Amino acid sequence: MSQMIHRRNVIVRTEHGLHLSPCSRVAQAALKFRSQVWLTKGSVRADAKSVLDLMTLAAGPGAELTLEVTGDDAPEAVEAILHLFEYDLVSASS
Amino acid sequence: MLVKHGIAVSPGVAIGQSMVLGAESFRIPQRFVSVSAVDAEINRFRISLQAVCTEIEENERVARERLGNQYAAIFTAHLMMVQDHRIVDEIELLVRQKCFSPEFAVSRVFRQYAKKFQNLGVPYLAERATDIFDLEKRVLRQLLGERREELRNIQAPVLILAHNLTPSETASLDKAYVLGFATEVGGTTSHTAILAGALELPAVVGVGNFLSDVAGADTVIIDGSHGAVIIDPDAETLARYRAVEQEHRNFSNRLEAIRTLPSVTLDGVGISLYGNIEFPHEAASARQRGGEGIGLYRTEFLYLDASAEPTEEDHYRSYCEVLKAFPDRPVVIRTLDLGADKLPIGFRMEYPEGVNPALSLRSIRLSLQHLDLFRTQLRAIARAACHGDLRIMFPLISTLLELRQAKMILGDVLEDLEEQGIAYRRDIPVGMMMEVPSAAIMAEQFAREVEFFSIGTNDLIQYTLASDRGDPRIANLYRAGDPAIIRLIQIVVKAGQSRGIPVSVCGQMSSDPLFVPLLVGLGLRQLSVTPHLIPEIKELIRKLTISKAENLANRVLRMETANDVESFLRGEHRKLSPESPA
Repeated sequence: MSQMIHRRNVIVRTEHGLHLSPCSRVAQAALKFRSQVWLTKGSVRADAKSVLDLMTLAAGPGAELTLEVTGDDAPEAVEAILHLFEYDLVSASS
Repeated sequence: MLVKHGIAVSPGVAIGQSMVLGAESFRIPQRFVSVSAVDAEINRFRISLQAVCTEIEENERVARERLGNQYAAIFTAHLMMVQDHRIVDEIELLVRQKCFSPEFAVSRVFRQYAKKFQNLGVPYLAERATDIFDLEKRVLRQLLGERREELRNIQAPVLILAHNLTPSETASLDKAYVLGFATEVGGTTSHTAILAGALELPAVVGVGNFLSDVAGADTVIIDGSHGAVIIDPDAETLARYRAVEQEHRNFSNRLEAIRTLPSVTLDGVGISLYGNIEFPHEAASARQRGGEGIGLYRTEFLYLDASAEPTEEDHYRSYCEVLKAFPDRPVVIRTLDLGADKLPIGFRMEYPEGVNPALSLRSIRLSLQHLDLFRTQLRAIARAACHGDLRIMFPLISTLLELRQAKMILGDVLEDLEEQGIAYRRDIPVGMMMEVPSAAIMAEQFAREVEFFSIGTNDLIQYTLASDRGDPRIANLYRAGDPAIIRLIQIVVKAGQSRGIPVSVCGQMSSDPLFVPLLVGLGLRQLSVTPHLIPEIKELIRKLTISKAENLANRVLRMETANDVESFLRGEHRKLSPESPA
């Protein structure tokens, strides 16, 4: 049974990249949704609901990630994560 | 199975469950649970995890109130990590499918992540491994509760694996429960290594990073003879090592039989064997193994273990305790040999930038500039000397002036004791360590002013070959078999013979069976060795003849490289002791 994959590109804009606290904010956000949320950097794919997995992306500032979401609340999840990357994380790190 | 190599510092094989110090400093009592207990165990894990979360939430609240949101964020992240569903699911899966105990599963899974972080090649992430170890410790502490066993009160045999062990930690290990240890850092002559020999525990040091490869309670083999640490060995390896372990036991039993036999060569020349000790209680063990006295009592451990500077009485009591084991035999006390690498608390000094501590203010040089410290020790030695054949030895003497200065201070101290009417021994024999090349070269002159020499090969090698003994990158230079070292030993022995004063070797070289025939052939008749090696060295001596040893020494003296010397000596050693497990 195939489900529609919502795919977007995001850029890491935090000063030090995806460190511990940005990772935990992403995971917190992702955990609010029923959908599966993945972030991919190159060949490494991380479960966005797992802070440990996110850290293994070793995403530095400026890194380009692909966001993939599947599930019934996928559109809302995509919007929330994008908003986090575009605004919340950036203002928090400055 | 994972095999790691380090530096073999104390021979023997130990097989057992690991206890990883540092990150998790308590023992995991069991690795597996019964199938019927799985649900209860998972429940126990969930309750512990909940307790850890409550604990972290409390830390988070306090941090927010006192330090602000920025600091609380660290705990928020910790909370996310410890509840991370990837970790939790994996732990529960290991318990359910493999019947791992929750403790073992927690240690395994957290450490896998720590390892992953360390391998990403990003310094910031590598440091986060510390956060993971911290969380592992929190969860284990909850799981084990009152059952947790810390280093000081281990109740079951374990192998200690640590980044580093301090000398006092090593000394406090209970031999009944600690089977052996391995550390990530350290070299052959590090104090941890010397203590391992004293405790007679198989040990490997300088293994490099390996702690994140091993979980608490993993089965581990420490091969202290070959410098290997084997984590989670396969059945074949385990069986092979069990056999080696048995062989070692047989070998030790045979050496036990030799204990009361005299240390003489086949042609009847006596070679006196003394013990090197760091703690007074080791004197009894040296005697029990057939030692004829103490050739080197390293007194600096008096300073390292104490939280305050030792008093004259502290010194006096320790020396008397050693004399109790050897009331009528020589006991050589080396005065303070403190250096940059072994300074007591409250005594640590800053070396000026650009100054090499090994070539700076250490050992006798330090004593000569801190006369209070030095006098305290000399008074205690002179007083204790009333109770036996105590002798004084000055370390790291480089020039005649230095020796004369040290002797002058001793003279002052004796005079004070005389004036104060305190009992002491006036004619206490004074000797010196031969460990600086300048002194060895001038041995003829020194021999007129002391009553004995003791060659300290560790520093002699370091200073002659300009090689730090703690740096594995230049371990190929730091070699006892270097022809320059052998020539210097020859100079010192000849100087001693021509003035009729005894010469012994107390460095690590004399504890190495490989070099014993050479040392005897060079004319040495006294060796001071790690106490547990006395029987093995004695067995070797009892197979030698002086003429054979002299021939061997003459051949070695014609060799040009340490490699030639050591491979030749290895061949000769195999001929002498074909059954030796080392």
